[in-house]
Amino acid sequence: MQNNIFYLLPHSKLPLLISILGTEKFEIIGPQSIDGSIVYEKIENVDQLPWGILDYQWPGIYRLENTDINKAFIFTNGPQALKPYLFRAQELLFEVEKKENKNNKKKLNFIPAKEEAPKLAFIGARACDLAAMAIQDKIFLADTHLDIYYRSRRENLFIIAVNCIRSSANCFCASTGDGPKVTKLYDILMTEIEENFVVQVGTDNGKRIIDQLELSHALPEHIKEADEYVEQAGLQQTKKLPDTNLRNLLFSNLNHPRWNDVAKRCLSCTNCTQVCPTCFCHSSLEQAILDGTKSGHYRVWDSCFTCGHSYIHGRVIRDDTRKRYRQWLTHKLGSWYDQFGTSGCVGCGRCITWCPVGIDITEETYAIYDNQNNDKEIIKEIIK
Amino acid sequence: MENPYQIYEAKIIERIKESDDIFTIKILLTDPFVHHEYKFQPGQFNMLYLFGVGEIAISIVSDPKEEQYITHTIRVVGRVSRGFEKLKEGDRIGVRGPFGKGWPLKQAIGKDVLIISGGLGCAPVTSAINYIIERQNLYGPLKILQGIKRSSEFIYHERYDRWEAAANTEVIISVDETDVSWSKSIGLVTEHIKDLQLDVNKTIVMMCGPEIMMKIAADHCIKKNIEEKNIYLSMERNMHCGCGHCGHCQIGGVFVCKNGPVFSYPEIKELLGRPGF
Ligand SMILES: Cc1cc2nc3c(=O)[nH]c(=O)nc-3n(C[C@H](O)[C@H](O)[C@H](O)COP(=O)(O)OP(=O)(O)OC[C@H]3O[C@@H](n4cnc5c(N)ncnc54)[C@H](O)[C@@H]3O)c2cc1C
Ligand code: SF4
Ligand code: SF4
Ligand code: FES
Repeated sequence: MQNNIFYLLPHSKLPLLISILGTEKFEIIGPQSIDGSIVYEKIENVDQLPWGILDYQWPGIYRLENTDINKAFIFTNGPQALKPYLFRAQELLFEVEKKENKNNKKKLNFIPAKEEAPKLAFIGARACDLAAMAIQDKIFLADTHLDIYYRSRRENLFIIAVNCIRSSANCFCASTGDGPKVTKLYDILMTEIEENFVVQVGTDNGKRIIDQLELSHALPEHIKEADEYVEQAGLQQTKKLPDTNLRNLLFSNLNHPRWNDVAKRCLSCTNCTQVCPTCFCHSSLEQAILDGTKSGHYRVWDSCFTCGHSYIHGRVIRDDTRKRYRQWLTHKLGSWYDQFGTSGCVGCGRCITWCPVGIDITEETYAIYDNQNNDKEIIKEIIK
Repeated sequence: MENPYQIYEAKIIERIKESDDIFTIKILLTDPFVHHEYKFQPGQFNMLYLFGVGEIAISIVSDPKEEQYITHTIRVVGRVSRGFEKLKEGDRIGVRGPFGKGWPLKQAIGKDVLIISGGLGCAPVTSAINYIIERQNLYGPLKILQGIKRSSEFIYHERYDRWEAAANTEVIISVDETDVSWSKSIGLVTEHIKDLQLDVNKTIVMMCGPEIMMKIAADHCIKKNIEEKNIYLSMERNMHCGCGHCGHCQIGGVFVCKNGPVFSYPEIKELLGRPGF
């Protein structure tokens, strides 16, 4: 696509973009500041965007500040972004009706959930959000195990990505290689500079929308300003993951004392998995209506920090917090590679921010890296 | 498989009581076209759905050649299985599947086969045993080891009698605890492996049972010089989807539902028996 063409979208033309998306019958989702955090909800006009709002994030802390900075995307991220729009927190898979046939036999009539998804324009997806979406695509769009419901929403999604011009103190996407610059999976990409956005298109659909805005090309100084902002955002990051084979590091340290240490702090509350844009675990849920004629089979987000996650009759495989935190970290940074050929962490920092006790994935990983306690037996097997 | 959540109605055509808490159902998919198109491999499983209650993963016991019905043996343990126990002939359930990778019956052609099972592990291996006995010209001698805690847990009497009578087949059924009424072997099933006469270069092992039993059994087999890659285990983990989406059945880098439930020993040994995985 012509992502080497840069357009200039003045702030004053944002309303036009919104109205074009509206005439194209998109439901528009964008960031807003609601109840003290940035959430992505339906928007109808540009005033709803979080103009001038800065977010401050530290382990266990999230604060918003109103400023008079004239920018709509100066915040970094909130607890959720794209994931709940593609992989719903609760979703019907099939319904079942119980009917009596003419011989008084009860028949079951299975009705698969519909594949219909609304046309959604998502404004404000960040590099980490898109990297996480690419990971969830591998889970739900696998050739042999296709999730048609995810697919229909994915196909109906129009992505207006926004480059980060700031990082929070918990961001470490530069170290995972997932950001802050958006490089893929967008229809339109915007970088906010003074009074304007520098805009690129990534797909024909994106081009069609942009063409309707009749924008002029960005000047070299605009492009330079945009690049500098994004580069700055990367340089602001202080957290990182160790530059090593994390899979082998973690699986050869399954008995490291740090697991006991983190287990003393971790509340097993599931927050980290609920905010993580790559976590995909879910449970089934059956909801029958009271008169017994109909039942719905749903899936709902679950977490490896629950007792039920690893329950098999007669035992819970991960019966303490140590085993659960270890599952979480070894999966994210380790076995994810075996399963999907990629890390399960895109460096968004959400699990650090939303952890009530401020457990930091990078710190925990470094604690093991800096003081390795390799399990000889396992090492032999990994190296083989 | 287009939509792994596609579920079909099935009718229970026969219900057999196996023991106090174990029963077998034979089911027929009610849409004749769907039933005809339904194909599976021994060792695969179905997600069985009970109206208003939920789904459970249950191995397929029947032989792919038995086209009239699909057989499942279920132990009553909790919410869903208890509900299944109450069903009668003619009642309707839902079936999704088949899922997973079954027994290595192709790789086993021309080889001697040793089947080791413990407890209700005898259900998932049944289809492999029947498959081999039905096609004995393709396989070498078959040895079947089944371990149970108490004699009252012994199920499939007729089946084991039939297998014992088959040519080229040896059957050892062993109880852990001595019991007056018991005329067969005694002792942990794994202890019998040592005394087996095996052509270790030609033997392929398939096992299903409690994980600790499988680990010990695999160790015994390896000690006897059976190559690790010729040892196969059927694993069990919590399952909600059956299709690699829900994450419950992970053991490190594998999903039991889609990469298994049958694994070769090298695929799984890194974490086998490791608490927490
Ligand atoms: C590949 C595979 C094949 C199986 N084959 C058989 C079989 O042939 N016969 C048989 O009797 N049982 C089999 N099981 C075990 C069977 O799935 C469980 O006994 C059953 O899920 C228990 O459900 P419940 O609701 O009755 O019990 P509860 O104890 O109330 O369990 C609640 C929920 O936890 C999960 N769960 C609990 N135990 C297990 C378990 N052991 N495995 C997977 N999920 C579990 C299920 O989602 C279940 O609905 C198999 C399991 C797997 C993974
Ligand atoms: S593990 Fe934490 S930092 Fe990594 S993607 Fe998930 S929430 Fe973001
Ligand atoms: S196992 Fe844990 S870390 Fe892995 S996807 Fe599931 S909830 Fe996330
Ligand atoms: S049962 Fe859901 S991923 Fe395996």
